[in-house]
Amino acid sequence: METKSTLTKTSDTSKSVRIIGAEAVVKCLLAEGQTLGYGYPGGAIMPVYDELYKYQDQFTHILTRHEQGAIHAAQGHARVTGDVGIVFATSGPGATNLVTGIADAQIDSTPLVCITGQVASHLLGTDAFQETDIVGISTPVTKWNYQITKASEIPGVFAKAFYIAKSGRPGPVLIDITKDAQLEVFDFVYKKCTSIRSYRPVPHYDIHKIKEAANLINNAKKPFVVFGQGVILGQAESEFKAVIEKANIPSASTALGLSAINSTHPLNVGMVGMHGHYAPNKLTNECDVLIAIGMRFDDRVTGDLARYATQAKIIHFDIDPSEIDKNVPTTVAVLGDVKETLAELLPLLNPTSHEAWFDKFKKLRSIENQEVIDPQLNPTKEGLTMGEVLKGINKETKGDAIIVSDVGQHQMFACRYADFKKTRSNITSGGLGTMGFALPAAIGAKLGAPEREVVAIIGDGGYQMTCNELGTILQTKAAVKIVVLNNGYLGMVRQWQELFFDKRYASTEMVSPNFVKLAGAYDIEAIRVSKREDLPKAIEKMIASDHAFFLEVIIEKEDNIFPMIPTGSSVSEVRLK
Amino acid sequence: MEEKQKFTISVYTENNIGLLNRISAIFLKRHINIESLTVSKSEIEDVHRFTIVANMTEKGIKKILGQIEKQIEVIRAFYHTDDEVIFQETAMFKISTEHLYDEKIQNKLKLRRAHMVTINERYFVIETTGTTEDINRLYDRLKPYGLLQFVRSGRIAITKEKMAISELLQEFKD
Repeated sequence: METKSTLTKTSDTSKSVRIIGAEAVVKCLLAEGQTLGYGYPGGAIMPVYDELYKYQDQFTHILTRHEQGAIHAAQGHARVTGDVGIVFATSGPGATNLVTGIADAQIDSTPLVCITGQVASHLLGTDAFQETDIVGISTPVTKWNYQITKASEIPGVFAKAFYIAKSGRPGPVLIDITKDAQLEVFDFVYKKCTSIRSYRPVPHYDIHKIKEAANLINNAKKPFVVFGQGVILGQAESEFKAVIEKANIPSASTALGLSAINSTHPLNVGMVGMHGHYAPNKLTNECDVLIAIGMRFDDRVTGDLARYATQAKIIHFDIDPSEIDKNVPTTVAVLGDVKETLAELLPLLNPTSHEAWFDKFKKLRSIENQEVIDPQLNPTKEGLTMGEVLKGINKETKGDAIIVSDVGQHQMFACRYADFKKTRSNITSGGLGTMGFALPAAIGAKLGAPEREVVAIIGDGGYQMTCNELGTILQTKAAVKIVVLNNGYLGMVRQWQELFFDKRYASTEMVSPNFVKLAGAYDIEAIRVSKREDLPKAIEKMIASDHAFFLEVIIEKEDNIFPMIPTGSSVSEVRLK
Repeated sequence: MEEKQKFTISVYTENNIGLLNRISAIFLKRHINIESLTVSKSEIEDVHRFTIVANMTEKGIKKILGQIEKQIEVIRAFYHTDDEVIFQETAMFKISTEHLYDEKIQNKLKLRRAHMVTINERYFVIETTGTTEDINRLYDRLKPYGLLQFVRSGRIAITKEKMAISELLQEFKD
């Protein structure tokens, strides 16, 4: 094996250059327009890190405090930019520490390219030091993965990886590179990948299906739109808005669809699902045509499938054929890129008013306002509510912030109460429900969109899963605003224990360290608020700060998130208390 | 509840390490047992073919097929019922040579159109091809002679109708 260890680097990618595999890795990233990645070094990936060192004027590497932090940061980065998130990790534990984030990215359709080092190819299968079968382990949770054992494979595999990660329904890709392949000298040329014969990322749409859909919508008395992240991933926000505005259809979001249109848009009737809004959940079982756009009928959205919108004709717009009829049988399936299919749909729609139908939403909304929303936003009881914290944040950010939430009660409060004015503003772990996601994802979101305010909303439980990433904030100075809503419990599990396990609070009460001191140890300005009158000033100070800021709010200990569709119930059985 | 039945799934793929793992993981994820699996080359150059047999509902098989086709290196997947395919399995039996001249055994082999693969002073090996039931019948008949070894292949199947795979690949070239 030839090796090369000079500090030289090459820039032209169209002509062949003789370089080592590790340098080729960096050149592939640059050729794909990537300039920033997240990771953690170790033995088997050292040649790549050596090249990252040489190329640091062109490519920034963010050192996190754990590989899980790196991949969640890359997810945050990818979700706010719409570009691919880049992750580096070493073999063995470095690689396995990525698995949660890979699974999270797979289920939430986040484009990632994860690069892991692997033991030298002659050691494969020998249980060598830090050897693990990461290709085998990651297979069920990656869109694609590949193990490179020869440097000559690097350009082709990287080009394919970027194409696969970004195209169609996006997803995570993992490339495992043996150490000898990183050190091998070869002739490097990079050519972007534009097609793979066995892969059809965007199915051709069928205009007849679009006409059928238009016909159903035009004849509907009570049409109802449920939109998901597909609208955002397809960059179809304006086409989507035009469609619902023209046909005047009440539209509800899934958790991941939030921010595809303005929260205050008059046609936006809120969020569907287990802790979604009352009206859209109830009226799912009353609409005559349900138009699902870029969403996948997750069980948290549908409740009991046997009693989900059975009265309605279902139109499903999606890019992924395997989502059609997976959970809910469709009347008309419109495959394709929603940016194209919605644009085709628009001229076929008749403007209609649906006034009586909207009145039903308004009526139910006012019930929810009275029973749930007002007491959350304007509480009369002593303890602070999560809702009022979100209200305070809305006031200071004017809905312009990126809200990154973790998993649990606070996440549902954030989804329900945060105002979103701009697309790609709600970053949360939706499908996998990964606690510990928010802090590192917020770092990635801030580095991906430095011009935007990034507020992380985290529970006291999830915060302690990845608060080591405060070190990354210390080192990168990422001006992330961290809000920990501390109720001293793993709140969501406690709520379920209260409702379904006779208040047996098994291992949900949590003792936390002094979070303010902890933030202080990382040179992050920090405030703890436990009184209502101190909250507005604290939020104002946090948002006004140009630096990272930590705000802990002591929340009423046993507050619950409502409305709620208990597991196994129908959407129309949504409870207000 | 829709009834389960035997389906033959034919998956045309690129030849890539790890694809077997990827496809079997789809069955594992839905807790479905693969009854048999055969991987071979196909009628198309550089295209491999997985032949998988599973017992499940048609609704279930459609969902599985969607997941299989979603894999990057899968070109196309099809499913068929037993009526729609011509299928065979192969089995081999190793029996002690002391039974070689037993007339009954000879008749049984003729009946099943089994072939002698090898004979030596210690054992003989016969091979047969047929449906699972054909092979099971022969197995039951030969079992009394003491099978030294028995092995059966997975199902291989050819569909009665044409597979729309060549057109698909042609489309890519155009």
